Amino acid sequence: MILIQGKGVSRGVVKGPLYFYKKPDTTVVKIEGADLEAEKSRLEEAKKKSIEQLEVLAEKAREEAGDESAILFETHAMFVEDDDFVECINDCLEGENCNAEYAVKEAGEQFAAMFAAMDDAYMQARAADIRDVSQRILNNLMGVVDGGIDSDVPVVLAADDLAPSETLQLDKSKISGFVLREGSSNGHTAILARTMGIPAICGAGADLVEAYQGRECYVDGETGQVILDPDELTLQALREKYEKQQEMKKLMETMRGQEDVTLDGRKIKLYCNIGSPDDVAAVKSNDGQGIGLFRSEFLYLKSDDYPTEDEQFEAYKAVAAAMEGKRVIIRTLDIGADKQVPYFNLQKEENPALGVRAIRICLNRPEVFRTQLRALYRASAYGKVAIMFPMITSVWEVRECKRACAAVMKELKEEGIPFNPDTEIGIMIETPASVFMASNLAKEVDFFSVGTNDLTQYTLACDRQANDLGKFFDPHHPAVLRALKMAADAAHENGIWIGICGELGADVSLLPTFLAIGIDELSVSPSSVLPLRAEIRKSIAQLCNLEKLEW
Amino acid sequence: MTEFKYLIQDPIGIHARPAGLLAKLAKSFEGTTVYLTKGESTVKASQLMKLMGLGVKAGDEVTIGCEGGDEAAAAEALEKFFKENL
Repeated sequence: MILIQGKGVSRGVVKGPLYFYKKPDTTVVKIEGADLEAEKSRLEEAKKKSIEQLEVLAEKAREEAGDESAILFETHAMFVEDDDFVECINDCLEGENCNAEYAVKEAGEQFAAMFAAMDDAYMQARAADIRDVSQRILNNLMGVVDGGIDSDVPVVLAADDLAPSETLQLDKSKISGFVLREGSSNGHTAILARTMGIPAICGAGADLVEAYQGRECYVDGETGQVILDPDELTLQALREKYEKQQEMKKLMETMRGQEDVTLDGRKIKLYCNIGSPDDVAAVKSNDGQGIGLFRSEFLYLKSDDYPTEDEQFEAYKAVAAAMEGKRVIIRTLDIGADKQVPYFNLQKEENPALGVRAIRICLNRPEVFRTQLRALYRASAYGKVAIMFPMITSVWEVRECKRACAAVMKELKEEGIPFNPDTEIGIMIETPASVFMASNLAKEVDFFSVGTNDLTQYTLACDRQANDLGKFFDPHHPAVLRALKMAADAAHENGIWIGICGELGADVSLLPTFLAIGIDELSVSPSSVLPLRAEIRKSIAQLCNLEKLEW
Repeated sequence: MTEFKYLIQDPIGIHARPAGLLAKLAKSFEGTTVYLTKGESTVKASQLMKLMGLGVKAGDEVTIGCEGGDEAAAAEALEKFFKENL
């Protein structure tokens, strides 16, 4: 038996083959004196495969979002077969007597350059389409798999750590668990795993060696153990745990469709945190009553350039419409600190958590902010959208945000584009300053939502990304809970509601404290909704006390 | 050769979506070739990238020419297409 000990960051037991994630290597090198016939047939094969993939994508887009979205992929498929593009590739192939990869890359660059040189912003942007198409053909030539996982069965994905942009590309249906050598329980992979409701382990360290590639392993997201070749006793324990987990799941099913109310009638808004429109399916299947935090960063992380207003609008609209009138709180851009996007060209900072991030970027770059706000307001015509601003420290910031909102609404009105003028506006409470200023801030907005990871980090002066702060990074610290109460009191005195959208919201051991403080909303990973509902329905709010706020 | 002229109304011009549809349509007439001319430049309408490369915008006048066995029918279908999409 081989046992690797890490830290469990998403519960559950699962069995599957270990699969080490490799960053796709698509560096193109020129190889001269290639076998032309062989290269040509490789190219034909790659083109055929590309078209097949694009047809599947077009069909999927048509089913999910209609004809308009499908046309993009159909156009891409036509690019692959475009006579001039193909001729250009063949000329290069024959003229230079080189490998197919090099010819595709060259032709792609040539056509992309043609579009980039046009004096029209729309056409310039098409250069990205050409590059996308060439990259697809290249991937097929080099055997790089779409979705990053070359396996027919779901795998336990192993890696050092995964960047947010990498996890976005992965085919989630092929992942049954995560094991990371590094990472922390507040890292993005851990959050993603909890959203997906699959087991995950961080900090597995150097014991996790690549020689285990393909070997069947067991992952226990509670104890933080990865086990290969378990002995009879361990296997039995794992089986029991798995069965218990299945039983629990069945029990939770009975919670579906039930109201989120305590025994003494206190109603709680039980919402979900999501990171992309794909996660809405999980919200629905877990019966979330709304979306308390839709992180808009995915739009920025997955692309090579600023996402356009239309791209953003489509994503927000898709979520708003899918939630059918239930509240969808979309947080504006929250990059900087641990989430870096190259094309923003942010200065390297000594202390990024205290640097130019989130709302500070938006207020410094009104054009980026305006594009997002326009997309958000346009989406507000299709559902119950609410807008939330992160990293607020001052009243003037909120006022400036509101001015930007008013300006965007005026524009849309003049252009005759529909939007909801009563779209709710809220702020994140995640800095000590926002707690101290809560009663002033509450007069400016419709709701508060507490980001407990950042509030803990800033209140306790503990870097949330650091692996070794251990007992010092304590979200249960009375200082954090007192901050929560201060913000809640200020919210209620001013007649607005307050929620928690950080990881702490799903911590059932704190539910009595939250009820005593008077938290109105809890926004959690979709997989936490039903267990939390079960706890809420067992609670008596009046009997809950504030003992955890005492030292 | 059957020809007609058309003044582009669509605000973004012949962008990816209509270009894709146009190229697809142009390829569908067997034995007939469809040309599109803007100013000095002429491309085959089936050449998607070159077609987009013309950068045809709102207010541009283009000439569409059809040559081949079925040119009258092709011109008619194309005129309808331009009116509906561009």
